[in-house]
Amino acid sequence: MEHSVVLTMRGISMTFPGVKALDNVDLTLYKGEIHALMGENGAGKSTLIKCLTGINNFEAGEIHLEGIDGPIRNHSTLDAQKKGISTVYQEVNLCPNLSVAENLYIGREPLTKFHTIDRKAMVAGAKRIMADLDFDIDVTQNLENYSLALQQMIAIARAVDMDCKVLILDEPTSSLDDNEVEKLFTLMRKLRDQGVSIVFVTHFLEQVYAVCDRITVLRNGQLVGEYPIAELPRVKLVAAMMGKDFDDLAAIKPEGEVDLSGAEMMIDAKGLSHKGTIKPFDLEIRKGEVVGLTGLLGSGRSELARAIYGADKAQTGTLKVKGQEVKINAPIDAMNQGMGLLPDDRKAEGIIADLSVRENIILALQAKRGMGHLLSHAEQEELADKYIEMLQIKTASKETLIKQLSGGNQQKVILARWLATDPDFLILDEPTRGIDVGTKTEIQKLVIQLAQEGKSLIFISSEVEEMLRTCNRLAVLRDGEKVGELDGELTQERVMAAIAGGGDSE
Amino acid sequence: MNKPANALKERRQINSNTLLLLITIALFIVMYVVGCIIYSSKGFTHLQTFLNILINNAGLLCVACGMTCVMLTGGIDISVGALISLDCMILAQGMSEWGLSTIPLCILVLVIGVVFGMFQGFCVGYLEIQPFIVSMAGMFFCRGMTAVISTNQVSVPADSLFYKWANFKIELPFGGYYNKKGILQVPYIRVSVVIALIVLLVVFLLLRYTKFGRSLYAVGGSEQSAAMMGLNVKNTKMKAYMLSSFLCSIGGICYCLNTMSGSVSQATGLEMDAIASSVIGGTLLTGGVGNVIGSFFGVLINGTISSLVKTNGKLLSSWANIATAALLCFFIVLQSIFAVLKDRKK
Repeated sequence: MEHSVVLTMRGISMTFPGVKALDNVDLTLYKGEIHALMGENGAGKSTLIKCLTGINNFEAGEIHLEGIDGPIRNHSTLDAQKKGISTVYQEVNLCPNLSVAENLYIGREPLTKFHTIDRKAMVAGAKRIMADLDFDIDVTQNLENYSLALQQMIAIARAVDMDCKVLILDEPTSSLDDNEVEKLFTLMRKLRDQGVSIVFVTHFLEQVYAVCDRITVLRNGQLVGEYPIAELPRVKLVAAMMGKDFDDLAAIKPEGEVDLSGAEMMIDAKGLSHKGTIKPFDLEIRKGEVVGLTGLLGSGRSELARAIYGADKAQTGTLKVKGQEVKINAPIDAMNQGMGLLPDDRKAEGIIADLSVRENIILALQAKRGMGHLLSHAEQEELADKYIEMLQIKTASKETLIKQLSGGNQQKVILARWLATDPDFLILDEPTRGIDVGTKTEIQKLVIQLAQEGKSLIFISSEVEEMLRTCNRLAVLRDGEKVGELDGELTQERVMAAIAGGGDSE
Repeated sequence: MNKPANALKERRQINSNTLLLLITIALFIVMYVVGCIIYSSKGFTHLQTFLNILINNAGLLCVACGMTCVMLTGGIDISVGALISLDCMILAQGMSEWGLSTIPLCILVLVIGVVFGMFQGFCVGYLEIQPFIVSMAGMFFCRGMTAVISTNQVSVPADSLFYKWANFKIELPFGGYYNKKGILQVPYIRVSVVIALIVLLVVFLLLRYTKFGRSLYAVGGSEQSAAMMGLNVKNTKMKAYMLSSFLCSIGGICYCLNTMSGSVSQATGLEMDAIASSVIGGTLLTGGVGNVIGSFFGVLINGTISSLVKTNGKLLSSWANIATAALLCFFIVLQSIFAVLKDRKK
């Protein structure tokens, strides 16, 4: 397939305060191709897209667009749209209260000779646009009457009708079900055949292999490479995204096997699910067991944990805690069953920055006991002292504001918060992200120690080595679904292959 | 190829907004028919009773049209009642004290409306200040200015052109009847009704057939989306407030044609009547949904309630307020139920 180049981005660099978000990144887009842009969170995908669409102002590099002499620089999304670069986001940027026809035409309505809107021409035009894309819908109905998937396709139809050469789809499939995704793909292929170049940003591996022609992989703001789809099997793609050179993966010896098959069942989930985030899954966790959840970011790791904990109320299935069937509607129910969840977003969901270390530690225990049973000041101090000592939290005093602590120590405080509630079952979502190596090791040790004390844990981490060191068993997730479990001898290669899935593992 | 596409075809359903409008209209008819049955001996069945509702509420109708436009963008304008009192005061004082004639004064009032609205709209649209705060400041300003001009009740002099307009009856060629004394009673409307109905028609067309009208809906539906689709959100908002104050000033002229006087306490709470009429007519406070036909029926319902209470004669006039409160409650609950049902379907 010989195609002309539509868009080239060369040597794009961009710095956010303190972080090099993009470092000399290239992207080449040919006419009539679907090009996947892949990378873990923080790899720079969105930043690169935003440089292209004019939201971010990049510092170095050039963008060339077919048909325009010299390098271009967009200053707003409108600017980009006028040059033929349109973006359709996961959340649809259309007006739900207007009809489909109006959404397709707003801002550029056909006018009558009296300068009023020619509604007939508009409806006819809208019908034609939708028919061109093989959609037979009533364009006079309000947009909100149609499913999210269809709304997204209407957004795409609008973009395409506005003479777009480059269509960027930013995580368009995140809230769609399988059926809807397939319809979207049909549309994407049709547009490709019409000569539109599509940049497809997603972290669903299956979808990349289903529609894309070529892949560009980013990691930590740098270009890893650009590959035709046939030359990059799943396992290699995962390795490229995660930054592990597949050849020199050192297998880490697992800890001595402990037989837990006789231990009491702590958590027994059957068919739990939450629409749009995690498909029905079964999971059993015994007393004293550490179960790791592994998969790429966005594969449903946190979502699975949230469904158990009631942070996202499970819509199907049953959950037994210590053999008793329980109904968990909200996190407080889970807490009363002896569960705790350490959320992955420490800043947004974990710490309360303007409270002291002591106050942050007692928070969960106080919530669990209810406002009728206030912890006395003496009790609070005792708890704070105990955990500062036990976890070796480096803080000037227990009254220091938590925002003055380092990331690792903040994480320890949140860990202390949950330990204070004396949970039987603790979910740790990325507890070691963004903290120094020393603290990481301490937290890993603590996890093993807690398990030995008879607590059950779910451990979620992006670092495979860490999981290998701490977990007895791994549950593998892919594209919002639990696809299997690994136990026995855990090695990096096995885990990577499991994460990548698919038939073509080499 | 066509098969998956056809599967996407969604069932056609009655638009819940249309349904709300139909309920409003049905409610008005029911209310009116019930009134006719109960008070037929007191003359409620005569066409003139209905026309009087129009005459009494011509000003409110203009204001409600403007209010609907602002509410479509998700905003609110509570300065309208005070602006009407300012308008009436300028008209009355202008004719009786400043020696100005009717036409220049009407033009002055309209210009004040546009300038005032532009300022409010600038604050809301470009400075992104809460519409409630902006128009509350506007409300205080207008009331204050009215009192500065005069704290008395000023009447429009009887020798003015305005006085002639106010007393001009437009007799209708139908619906006449003979009263007990055998004198032919010809139903009539006033100039203000004609003005208000023209305003209604123009705003209806504006909302439906112009780019500006549709932009109001788009901005109210989703500001972010409207901006992404290339609409000028700030400018649209500013124009909405300009339109509201302009229509309010037209309403002020209509209002003055009824009262023939200006005073500080005039039209207090009229902004709330206008908002109530819009809401009863199906306009959502969150913006993006509603139209002036609904607001027209909202005004009629409002007028019918007070007319019923007045016809009864024994009831305290405050019962009209209680009835309006009950209706508002009913419609807001209804809107929420529809919203919940819509969410369920998804």
